[in-house]
Amino acid sequence: MYPDKKMRQFNMLIVGTGGQGQITLLQILAEAALLEGYDIKTSELHGLSQRGGSVEVHLRFGKKIYSPLVSQGKADLILGLEMQESLKACYYANFKTNFLVNKFIQPISLVKNLTKEEVLKNLKKISKNVILVPAAEICQKELGTAVVTGVYLISLASFKNLIPIKSSSILKAIKKLIPEKYLELNLKTFDLAKG
Amino acid sequence: MFMEEILLNKPGEKIILLGNEAIVRGALEAGVNFVSTYPGTPASEIGDTFFRIAKKIGVYFEYSTNEKVALEAGIGASFSGLKTLVAMKSFGANVALDALLPFVYTGVKGPTVLVMADDPSCHSSAQSEENCRGLAYLAHILILEPSDPQECKNFTRLAFQISEKFKIPVMIRTTTRVAHQKMPVKLEKLPEKGAKLLKGRFVKDPKKFVTLPPRVLEMKKELLEKIEKIRQFSENSKINLIQGATLDKGIITSGISYLYVMEALKDYNPPTTLPLAKGERAPLNLNLPVLKLGFFYPLPEKKIQNFIKSLKKVLVVEELEPYLEKEVERLAKNANPKLQIFGKNLIPEVGELKPEIVISAIAKFTNKKYPISNIQYPISIPKRLPQLCPGCPYWLVFSAIKKAVDTKEVIFGGDIGCYMLFGTPALNIQDYLSCMGSSVGIAHGIKKATGQKLIAFIGDSTFFHAGIPALINTVFNKSNPLIIVLDNQTTAMTGHQPHPGAPATPDGIKIEEIVKACGIKNLKVIDPIKQEEFVNAVKKFLDKKEVSVIIARRPCIQIKK
Repeated sequence: MYPDKKMRQFNMLIVGTGGQGQITLLQILAEAALLEGYDIKTSELHGLSQRGGSVEVHLRFGKKIYSPLVSQGKADLILGLEMQESLKACYYANFKTNFLVNKFIQPISLVKNLTKEEVLKNLKKISKNVILVPAAEICQKELGTAVVTGVYLISLASFKNLIPIKSSSILKAIKKLIPEKYLELNLKTFDLAKG
Repeated sequence: MFMEEILLNKPGEKIILLGNEAIVRGALEAGVNFVSTYPGTPASEIGDTFFRIAKKIGVYFEYSTNEKVALEAGIGASFSGLKTLVAMKSFGANVALDALLPFVYTGVKGPTVLVMADDPSCHSSAQSEENCRGLAYLAHILILEPSDPQECKNFTRLAFQISEKFKIPVMIRTTTRVAHQKMPVKLEKLPEKGAKLLKGRFVKDPKKFVTLPPRVLEMKKELLEKIEKIRQFSENSKINLIQGATLDKGIITSGISYLYVMEALKDYNPPTTLPLAKGERAPLNLNLPVLKLGFFYPLPEKKIQNFIKSLKKVLVVEELEPYLEKEVERLAKNANPKLQIFGKNLIPEVGELKPEIVISAIAKFTNKKYPISNIQYPISIPKRLPQLCPGCPYWLVFSAIKKAVDTKEVIFGGDIGCYMLFGTPALNIQDYLSCMGSSVGIAHGIKKATGQKLIAFIGDSTFFHAGIPALINTVFNKSNPLIIVLDNQTTAMTGHQPHPGAPATPDGIKIEEIVKACGIKNLKVIDPIKQEEFVNAVKKFLDKKEVSVIIARRPCIQIKK
């Protein structure tokens, strides 16, 4: 499944737009990877760059990790919270990179946006492993809110073996990191991803 | 269950920390008493973390009015014997510079650590791509450069020790990819202390604290002697580390660049999935010797000379300006005049480094093939720029301006805050942008030089930070810009820190009282939701012969919730 069977390292990005909760998702995954005894590096951005612009965060874990940034062409998984942003992340992809992408487009004002079909067609030109999931739609329908889309997708990534972290570790990390009043919703999201 | 994991007192345990949080932890382990800051990305989380925990753990913390004031507060605490930390971003260091130079002369009483955070690639920095390493040459300030959060913690502790030993302030220089990097950090013991603040005591000692000539020149001499002693310490310090084999090629690096170098040398394998071009060597597969420098100033010159003595070629891997490369060139003149020095001929001087840039440079340096192939973007993807949040009160100000004036005719001065986004193509009402408070200062100059119509925008926190002297200048030297203070009652861009006009308690300093006290008559405080009133005020004030101020007061949508 993974390029390196001994799990020397796993490289992933979470991409989307400002305010989609990338930093929390990164925290959950990093905590889960720590539970499994990996060395970890993440890189994130704060400040003005978050305000509605493109946001990409990096997570790497394995035996010993140096760089906090994933190198060009080395991503094992690109988790896309928005379709156009997922396509932008192809800088980090190779033809075996797994794309797990929310079927959702956040329009960019004043320019011609890509359609879902255009994005999907072009993602498939880059990698043969593209999974498009209407995650926001599913969360909205089943849980009444799309705010947990990211948690749904990282849970799904674990259940689908797209990320070498046990789903039980992700569950533990969610319980540790999510504040009490949102915990139940997030646990339901995790169960929903389990299917 | 949010607990403050950063306060966990279990030596040997590993917890995941952001670089900035690791600096906080290092300061706590060192027993810090007094912390001051002004928020600025990528340093903000240092203050924000102390803001959350300080009261519980007997540490004094403040968001100061600006970075110079923050440093001066820290100097006062240090003179009174307290262990002190002052944090700011690169541009804040410029503001604080006036206080920094004499502080390095006087030295500390209580050990003092300064954190200055650079932002290569300007992810959250509008005004310049700054490199705070230059301060070493200007101010003789000691500089340590951590690569990752573990080093952020360890170096902060060490910086306090060095400061205590040599009675001098020590600076930790981070960059965005260090400050906003996370990893599991191994903890050390926290000192036992309660929630009670430690009181210092200022003991009179004019010989130490007063930089009046002729004493100031003696102080400079003493400082230079001290630096040479510290250089000896740097020569022996474990944070300047040589690793790898002995070959005729080597690498000198520091900070984040070190991690990319190690990525290239140790950790790099080409994706097994990528077809290699015919004859292309797969891994770099190198074990070059690496000199990693934890000290930027003072440099361990002998250690560098010993490292380069037996080399034919050396590659200096550093972000931004080639400060280190120039030092290596200087040291090679004696140690190894034939040494071939590579650096900025293979590595860009503009923008942050990335692992692939360093891998490519090392490949060229060692005459190997660059093992990464480019993926071409299959289609052009529209660019997504940052923008004002939906519901942001600044939209209302923008809308009123469009109604009130011919935006082609009026000049618009921008300043530092979310309203910089007035400069994005969709809004396009920003004709100049420089540093904190400068919208007003530059407005005065343009007004004097041209008499053209001008509106200067300035945020509430920015007004307190550096806007007030510029405002007073328009009165004193008689110019008539229209100044719109965008008062959203918080320091929004950096994460909603309080400021003098919007503290948690309701007794904040009112901006309108300051404006009135300057003798400014053309003053209105308007909630921009009242569009008509706002439009009329702009029209009326734009033609006045004296300076005018509109305070557009409506809270940030993010704190209103």
